[in-house]
Amino acid sequence: MSEWWTYRAEDFLLFSPRVYWRMFELHNAALWPLHLLTLAASLIIILLIAWRPRSWVRWLALILAIAWVFVGWSFLWHRYATINWAVAYVAPAFAVEGVLLLIVSLRDGLAFDRRGLAGWIGYLILAFALAGQPLLAPLQGRNWASSEVFGIAPDPTAIATLGVLLLARGRLLPVLLPIPVLWCLLSGLTLGTMGEPQAWALHATLALATAAWIWTIIRQRAVS
Amino acid sequence: MRTTRRTFVQASLATAAAALLPISLHAQQGQPARRPIPSTREEIPIVGLGTWITFNVGDDPVLRDECAGVMAAFFAAGGRMIDSSPMYGSSQPVIGYGLQKLGRPSALFSAEKVWTSSAAAGPPQIAQSRRFWGVPKFDLVQVHNLLAWKAHLPMLFQMKAAGAVRYVGITTSEGRRHDLLEQIMRNEPIDFVQFSYNVVDREAEARLLPLASERGIAVIVNRPFRQGALTQRLQGKPLPEWAAELGASSWAQLMLKFILSHPAVTVAIPATTRVDHVRENLSAAAGPMPDRAMRQRISAHVKAL
Repeated sequence: MSEWWTYRAEDFLLFSPRVYWRMFELHNAALWPLHLLTLAASLIIILLIAWRPRSWVRWLALILAIAWVFVGWSFLWHRYATINWAVAYVAPAFAVEGVLLLIVSLRDGLAFDRRGLAGWIGYLILAFALAGQPLLAPLQGRNWASSEVFGIAPDPTAIATLGVLLLARGRLLPVLLPIPVLWCLLSGLTLGTMGEPQAWALHATLALATAAWIWTIIRQRAVS
Repeated sequence: MRTTRRTFVQASLATAAAALLPISLHAQQGQPARRPIPSTREEIPIVGLGTWITFNVGDDPVLRDECAGVMAAFFAAGGRMIDSSPMYGSSQPVIGYGLQKLGRPSALFSAEKVWTSSAAAGPPQIAQSRRFWGVPKFDLVQVHNLLAWKAHLPMLFQMKAAGAVRYVGITTSEGRRHDLLEQIMRNEPIDFVQFSYNVVDREAEARLLPLASERGIAVIVNRPFRQGALTQRLQGKPLPEWAAELGASSWAQLMLKFILSHPAVTVAIPATTRVDHVRENLSAAAGPMPDRAMRQRISAHVKAL
């Protein structure tokens, strides 16, 4: 596209807020009662983190891997891409993140023993993704039916993953982070361009996560 | 179509005649006024229907039916031109859904675009667009935002020569690349040009609109309300009393009349999701139009608010 610098974010917004939120209503209606399964998965994530049984990392990564692949296929590819052609190029990234998480699951590639500020921020972000994000629809005057739920919608799935990764250490961490971060940036930009206050949730998540990672790096350098 | 002295004189006389003739004289009772496409003299209603954002509703059955309702009201009010693009998400299949639901109205003037940087991808993209609309051929295919125009224009001229499309055009929006657009208008035998023009964005008056008249090119005006920003800005503000002289009962009608009263404008394509708005837009194409002094007054008034 020529003279790309003359384009604003609004020029790439292809749909109205009404169409965007109705898309979640239709998606939720089409998948119900799968929400009960993803709710159970959310509870299992919390229980795994709280009790830390043997090989819990494997199961945690497996749940997230399934969620990423499913959301990429069902929501991005089959629904969102119908109103936003650019999403057809983004959906495969969700499959890639799912495969990466699957590799982590098979190899036990992460250790979840992070403590301190980063850990607490991780818990906070995770709690928001699983319990807070679905409440944003009614809190903003929209129908419950348009709520965004972990494992069904992309934003809570990406935010929950960032929360989990903030609790983790390991060599595979740098390859797991970019896709959730980029999705949060993209989705936040889309919501902001639509004038939706909900954009702050994604911006705040990224700001908190970045602050936590910077804090962790500073602490690690101070110790070493 | 190369410009010869004869065609230039014919086009100039036709444009001058159109400018002198009150536009309302073209209109039949209750029907929108029409203007001729200079290259064929085929007359077309001066208000069309844009689909940018408004028709991109995906698979939503409720919103698809709403769009079909807008199309039904558009055709019932005498409208003909519907404009879309492969860039507009699901707008093309939604138009196809509406056309099928309405029994494929014969009044349709289908205006599409080719939007790809690949020369080879142009013809298959147009064929796919045609399948989405469910039409045997498009009336008009335009090169969208001048993208790969050097590759696509010759292909479109070949399609026109073969009878696969009736008219060829090129588009831009929001004032981008007017210099290049002007160059293409001067050198290429296009039937239509599309660009943004409205009561506050009047850059096109300086060169593009006079050039279109001179070259006998039909003009489609996009973003007549700056994608709704102008109507939102004026919402709640009282219409000036003198708007009644033009039969304008809303800001949208007044702003449309400003655009449509320019003699070089052939069609304006406001987009909407509402049946009452599409009726309001088409009724702006009937009745008296502002003269030069009134046009200045409308523009100054809106800018001052």
